[in-house]
Amino acid sequence: MIAAEQLTKRFGSFTAIEDVSFEVAAGEIVGFLGPNGAGKSTTMRILAGVFPPSQGRVRIAGHDVVTDSLRARAQVGYFPERVSLYLDMTVAHYLTYVGEMKGLSRRAARDHADQAMASCSLEPVEDRLVGTLSKGFRQRVGIAQALTGSPRVLILDEPTAGLDPEQVADMRALIGGLRQQRTVILSTHILPEVEAVCDRVIIIHRGRVLALDTPANLNRRLRPTSQVHLEVRGPGAQVAQVLRTVPGVLGVEPHAAADGTVEVTVNTERDRDLREALAAAIAARGWGLRELRPRTLTLEEIFLSLVGADPIRPQR
Amino acid sequence: MKLFVICRRELYSYFGSVIAYVLLAVFLLLSGYFFYSDMIFFILFGGFTLATGLWQFVFLDMRLVAMLVLPLLTMRLFAEEKKLGTMELLWTYPVRDGEIVLGKFLAAWLFFVVMLLLTAVGPLALHWYYPYDVAPVLAGYLGMLLLGTAFIACGLFVSSLTENQVVSAMVTYGILVLFWFITWNEEAGSYEVMQLLLGVSLFDRFFNFTRGVIDTKDVAFFSLFIAFFLFLTWQSLATRSWRGVR
Repeated sequence: MIAAEQLTKRFGSFTAIEDVSFEVAAGEIVGFLGPNGAGKSTTMRILAGVFPPSQGRVRIAGHDVVTDSLRARAQVGYFPERVSLYLDMTVAHYLTYVGEMKGLSRRAARDHADQAMASCSLEPVEDRLVGTLSKGFRQRVGIAQALTGSPRVLILDEPTAGLDPEQVADMRALIGGLRQQRTVILSTHILPEVEAVCDRVIIIHRGRVLALDTPANLNRRLRPTSQVHLEVRGPGAQVAQVLRTVPGVLGVEPHAAADGTVEVTVNTERDRDLREALAAAIAARGWGLRELRPRTLTLEEIFLSLVGADPIRPQR
Repeated sequence: MKLFVICRRELYSYFGSVIAYVLLAVFLLLSGYFFYSDMIFFILFGGFTLATGLWQFVFLDMRLVAMLVLPLLTMRLFAEEKKLGTMELLWTYPVRDGEIVLGKFLAAWLFFVVMLLLTAVGPLALHWYYPYDVAPVLAGYLGMLLLGTAFIACGLFVSSLTENQVVSAMVTYGILVLFWFITWNEEAGSYEVMQLLLGVSLFDRFFNFTRGVIDTKDVAFFSLFIAFFLFLTWQSLATRSWRGVR
């Protein structure tokens, strides 16, 4: 649905993004992840047709955003990072205007505006001026604006920025509800958000794509071993020793011990599930197994290891 | 047609704020006052013909009011959207840059046409009491229409260059006043230079209309001037590819 090939964008001598390539299949939700200034917004603006790339090309549903711009843009709903709306229009009026700009007749635009207001819970404020709305409502009007006209592709630049936790949850539910029906690219620098809603992640840093995969695959690729975290009531040194004898265990790292309990991280061969063997070994000695869980990398750790800011941090 | 959708939104924006009413009120007040005082002048000191004794002064005064008011009408057209950031969204809709330019231009132009038509109240009232030859008046109005449209095209272009409305209005004033005084330094230029300057001076071109003379060369000049600035505006929008969204 979206195919970006070797996108480069320069502003004067400043290179905002370089050689960015990726594809997004229909119905997918893809997260665009990177620190501020990584080139997320620049990439999304190119996708949305705000300005053309310096090099490379983008096709949206087969239409090139530069040479076949109007058709490409007709497929796209865009939510800009800086939510900017006409403050002097009412919500209903504004969304009708947006529908007409996207090529709907006046009547169809009104219907679309009603639908968009319903799906974004905007009915209570439909006759209020946009300028009098709170940040959360404006954000929703921005999303409704992107949804108007039922575009097949949604490009959302930080849709949850500046919202309170409840609104963030609502927004995620709204985006998650679009799965299968729409193709969505959303950018964020909030990692749990990506894990919560995205099928795949594109990690971008200093204008380059560092990784492009599912959160699970990224996790696997970056970690040569699997890890299991245990909390055991028992003598620390002996616990570690016993665990080392379990077949498949590559290493044991004891952590803080307190009150007769010890926390241990066990490195095991990748993709080998030793949880039951470990539990059996503990139980056989009569120690108390208080906690046992497989440990996956958080996106934060994946991200930091990729950008090289900090290696995978030790278990807390 | 998205051009008309844009045009309607602009008009909505004008009339949704006080801008439209203030500009309209001041324009009508000043041009009405000038019409009144020009008429008194004609009655007291009068010439032999209305065309050179009255109408010429009426339209020369009206051009001053138009120059005062129109840059304030056009200053927000692009500058406001750039400041708000709404330009960015506009560019993602399936609409051509040309439609954006013409839609905004049309909105300001329609507003101006309404303003101009309302000034006809004075001349119409006079015609009621004292029927006169309307041809010079129509010529004057055609001149005003062309001149005002030229102001709007120029103001629209300047507005597309900045996100600051004050800068937008001030630069437009600068350009228009320059076009006014461009032929006033008669000693400085040679004859050839003066002929060239007279050729591009908006106000010297306008002068013929105030005397009731419609010269196709003048009409062509204004049309070219308008088309030129609309083209520049269109080009100015394309600079976002290297300037970014502002």
